[in-house]
Amino acid sequence: MKGMTIIVKTISSWVKVLIFLFGIYIILFGHLTPGGGFAGGVILASSYVLLMLAFGRKFAEENLSLPVASKLDCVGALLFAAVALVGLFYGAASFFWNFIHQEYLVGTDYEFNLVSAGTIPLSNIAIGLKVGASLFLVILVLSIFRPDMSGNEKE
Amino acid sequence: MATFYILLLFIIIAAIIAVETQNLLSAVICVGAIGFGASLMFLFLRAPDIAITQIVVEVLGLIILIRACISRERTFISGPREFFGVVVSLVIVFTIFLVGIKILETLPDFGTPIFAEAPEAASRTYTAEGLQKTGAANLVASVILDFRAYDTLGEATVLFTSIIGATVILRKKTKKLLEDPDE
Repeated sequence: MKGMTIIVKTISSWVKVLIFLFGIYIILFGHLTPGGGFAGGVILASSYVLLMLAFGRKFAEENLSLPVASKLDCVGALLFAAVALVGLFYGAASFFWNFIHQEYLVGTDYEFNLVSAGTIPLSNIAIGLKVGASLFLVILVLSIFRPDMSGNEKE
Repeated sequence: MATFYILLLFIIIAAIIAVETQNLLSAVICVGAIGFGASLMFLFLRAPDIAITQIVVEVLGLIILIRACISRERTFISGPREFFGVVVSLVIVFTIFLVGIKILETLPDFGTPIFAEAPEAASRTYTAEGLQKTGAANLVASVILDFRAYDTLGEATVLFTSIIGATVILRKKTKKLLEDPDE
């Protein structure tokens, strides 16, 4: 797969940045506006899928290779579990205790700022990392796997 | 309400075409149309969080399905339907229809959620004190990541496990291809 025509390549090289930025915005503002970790992560993955469709699989692999994507996936999952576990050892000691908000920010006027809501933005970032990396990973693995299947059918 | 009935009609027509058509690509596009109709319905029901997630997942799934579809050599379905499969699916659909009528009778009216009548419902706490208790302006985020974060943990675990499974199953041939990419 060598990619598509030069028109598609030029336009997608501009648009991919905007899609990536929009994914980051959806993740970071997940506790203020509609959206959140899952939707933002899928948008991040779709920007890499656009790269893969327009420029070919090799180009996308040079940008985000298979081992790096699987490590990002694991880091996101670990981060989400860590946010939950820190609450267990902190303050009122319960799983998923929103320790930052309940200990430091409660009663203050932080409600509608970007830095508010305690652990919710952290969980959003973790989930976004995990979902984006894992969806890109599964599409990459499927697209690598496909040529070998057709080879087997011919034999 | 007329919008919902038009969208419902659109979704039902798309579903029937997706089942009845013989071209694989048209079936995939009809499945995409069902998803976009559902996303529009969520938007009109004032659930923008779910609408965003639905439309984004739909686009990504459509891309995967279309790529898998046009790389196949046979894209047409031919031959008669299997009699046993048709009978079994008709029986299942009819059973779900009968049970669904019974269950839909017990649901509250459209637009009046059940917690408006129950004073002790947990949803009242979420909507009334969610902003002070979590500090999140988006109440959906405060529910899925604070009050009901166990659900999100389970969902994340399901996704993680399925991706790990897919990667491990496909890994053997993938590694071989990565070492020798010209194949």
